[in-house]
Amino acid sequence: MARILTLSEAVEETIRDGDSVAMEGFTHLIPFAAAHETIRQGRKDLSLIRMTPDLIYDQMIGMGCARKLTFSWGGNPGVGSAHRIRDAVENAWPRPLELEEHSHAAMANAYEAGAANLPFAVFRGYIGVDLPRVNPSIRSVVCPYTGEKLATVPALRPDATVIHAPRADRAGNVLIEGIVGVQKEAVLAARRTLVTVEEIVDDLGAPSVNSVVLPSWTVGAIAVVPGGAHPAYAHGYYKRDNSFYIAWDKVSRERETFLAWMKENVLDKRPEAFAVHGRRASR
Amino acid sequence: MSSTHTPTEMMTIAAARALRNEDICFVGIGAPSAACNLARLTHAPDITLIYESGTIATKPNVLPLSIGDGELCDTALCTVSVPEMFRYWLQGGRITVGFLGGAQIDRFANLNTTVVGDYAKPKVRLPGGGGAPEIATNCGEIFIIMALGQRSFVEKLPFITSMGHGPTGRERRAMGLTSRGPTKLITDLCVFEPDAETKEMTVVSLHTGATREQVVANCGWAPRFAVDVVETPAPTALELETLRSMHARTKAAHAGA
Repeated sequence: MARILTLSEAVEETIRDGDSVAMEGFTHLIPFAAAHETIRQGRKDLSLIRMTPDLIYDQMIGMGCARKLTFSWGGNPGVGSAHRIRDAVENAWPRPLELEEHSHAAMANAYEAGAANLPFAVFRGYIGVDLPRVNPSIRSVVCPYTGEKLATVPALRPDATVIHAPRADRAGNVLIEGIVGVQKEAVLAARRTLVTVEEIVDDLGAPSVNSVVLPSWTVGAIAVVPGGAHPAYAHGYYKRDNSFYIAWDKVSRERETFLAWMKENVLDKRPEAFAVHGRRASR
Repeated sequence: MSSTHTPTEMMTIAAARALRNEDICFVGIGAPSAACNLARLTHAPDITLIYESGTIATKPNVLPLSIGDGELCDTALCTVSVPEMFRYWLQGGRITVGFLGGAQIDRFANLNTTVVGDYAKPKVRLPGGGGAPEIATNCGEIFIIMALGQRSFVEKLPFITSMGHGPTGRERRAMGLTSRGPTKLITDLCVFEPDAETKEMTVVSLHTGATREQVVANCGWAPRFAVDVVETPAPTALELETLRSMHARTKAAHAGA
């Protein structure tokens, strides 16, 4: 059964030094508050997994939390480069970063294989491209029925998956709405899980019997952090802060401005600081 | 009005015209997204636009900054998970046209968005492939939109992120692919289409006011021209107005969060 904890307690018991950690959310519902708490707690040697590293991993990698990144698209969406990730890859600052690079289709399939308790994922992909030459985990099988050669990648089984969701009920059942991304798969594939939510309610209020719900017994820890996905967004609560993503380009371009921003907005802050971005859903 | 349009506007408008009302289109972010929505707001009102974030038949009022802005979900017919999007809809063969951009391209329309220089020690680390490697082979055909330039239209790619017609133009057939690959490459000066035999991207249309010399000067290989190169019709007043008001709405929305 999911336990409802403070964010500090939840990060403390979910994420350990050296873990493989997936913080998912495809543009939507990115667990920024949990990442900031992980940075504050000084976690290190993490093997970070995420389809789109986005600003959340730009921040964690720039602060030296990670030794490896598994990803499929690593930029600032619609804006340009993820400068801190580039600095780590091109100049090993603040420390070297090992890359395991995939395509979106491969990552999505690999999470699904993890959730399905399979050792690998099979799909029709990586045809005529160079990634298999630089990523030895990309291999192939021959279909036993048709003889077709198909691509394979190992299943993703993170030590810890962290996601943000609109709401949970008091029993710890979690509802995900809007662009649902790969969060359900990433949670079901993981050994330990942490879900931050905008709010905890008496009645989950799932809009359909087919809504995306993670039952309480599939979730480890839940922490209430209103606004916890900012500058990403929570469907029905607040919008994506596109102006923040545009402004990040300048903040993150130089090491000094980045470190100053992180001190002021992360190291010297508490999870409650996210509340200013949270707005209650008008239901 | 049409005499004052910019090359980028002409590029977006020419790209929009390539889309048909019946198309099921997988939309890349940035220039492809502008072209696809311009098509929807002008000659192709029933076009189905799909973004890799899982939004199906979306009709954004402002252009998304990211592939997963809330606007896409709010205006979609439905939204599915990302694994479902790549498995059932893209790999399932439901998409008629994929619309891509890129950082670098070669004469056979292979694309690089991964690295400049050596992969292990890159000069420039680019974002990577995202959905493109599988979009490139699983859609019925591919349209590419990219501004011409010596650094982006190159003789040899340092890395193939997604396959066009392959390094020699013959790989697609050799691999038994049934999808057509890149059938149009729309630039700020001209439109290329693959030669029927060699698959080399060939200039078939020059935009109003653009010259062959300009195309040659901004292309890293010696580009071939079709026997009958036509002039791309200039933007209509409706196309320009629709594009500009879409961009103005977008700018206001992104500045104001």
